Amino acid sequence: MSMWQRISLIFRAKANKALDRAEDPRETLDYSYQRQLDLLAQVRRGVADVATSRKRVELQVNQLTAQSEKLQGQAEQAIKAQREDLAREALTRKSGLTSQITDLKTQQVQLQGEEEKLTLAQQRLSAKVEAFRTRKETIKATYTAAEAQTKINEAMSGIGEEMGDVGLAIQRAEDKTAQMQARAGAIDELIASGALEDASSLNQGDDIARELEAMSSQTEVEAELARLKGGSAPQAIEAGQDGGEILEAEPQAQTSGESSGEQK
Amino acid sequence: MIVRILGEGQYDLSDDAVSALNALDAKVESAIEAGDDPGFHEALAALLDGVRTAGVPHDAEALDSSDLILPMADATLPEVKDMLTGDGLIPG
Repeated sequence: MSMWQRISLIFRAKANKALDRAEDPRETLDYSYQRQLDLLAQVRRGVADVATSRKRVELQVNQLTAQSEKLQGQAEQAIKAQREDLAREALTRKSGLTSQITDLKTQQVQLQGEEEKLTLAQQRLSAKVEAFRTRKETIKATYTAAEAQTKINEAMSGIGEEMGDVGLAIQRAEDKTAQMQARAGAIDELIASGALEDASSLNQGDDIARELEAMSSQTEVEAELARLKGGSAPQAIEAGQDGGEILEAEPQAQTSGESSGEQK
Repeated sequence: MIVRILGEGQYDLSDDAVSALNALDAKVESAIEAGDDPGFHEALAALLDGVRTAGVPHDAEALDSSDLILPMADATLPEVKDMLTGDGLIPG
């Protein structure tokens, strides 16, 4: 038997099993309709869940992108300060983020795909459920319980197949979302723990930002010192020169001492 | 004949079109049996394309069951194997 025949037989077997559960044909119709509405609600929740996951991934992409831009800025700052080692460190961290961002963007596309699939599944099921409701009312109004069985079976197997299909779509979307949520959770924890923040935070750790900050504050301190000293900066240089003169003058002093001694 | 692609919906196909696509279905099946993953994806994509090209979408509000059912386009080989044994994958 070919593949597509086998799959359809398995679907039919499952749909028939659902049929066997109820004894009164009219109850079967109402019971099935209730299950259809439940499934519709389940697809709607599924769409919402996938959308939430997608938004979460989008937020992470934005956070990591901002982080990556910060590191780029730090690398540029470090190069200006002629600190290639710091620039290299910043760019290394940035490249780590870049691969994570690429990964998250792939997930984002996949989640968007699942969202679209589920939305379409919801529309298809919705159309069938509405058709079933109409058919159900017609069958109830037109046929006696005994006559209704065949019509009911027809309607039920048609909608049963759709329900199986939609149920499968929900299950797959949930599985995929669950996998991605586990990874998204890990990234959220990483962001929350500050492990990524460290790289660009201005007041933590002995890392790039800290060093850049230290360097720039050192420069600022020197400038401030110079300002405070005001005119004393040139004096300091003179003092140095004086020192030199003193050293040079020392033998002279000694000479003069000697000479003064001689004079004494 | 009504052919359903899981996750996509139902298509109406002429008997001739279905006969023509049987060869592609056989290819998918032999790839599954051989555990040939790239071959499976290639054959499944060709089969689904064949159904979409040869078929027209079945009335969305009809409550008809399909004559043939095909896996979704992004199905994996293990998923289809599970589908063929009838446990796990198909809810109900």
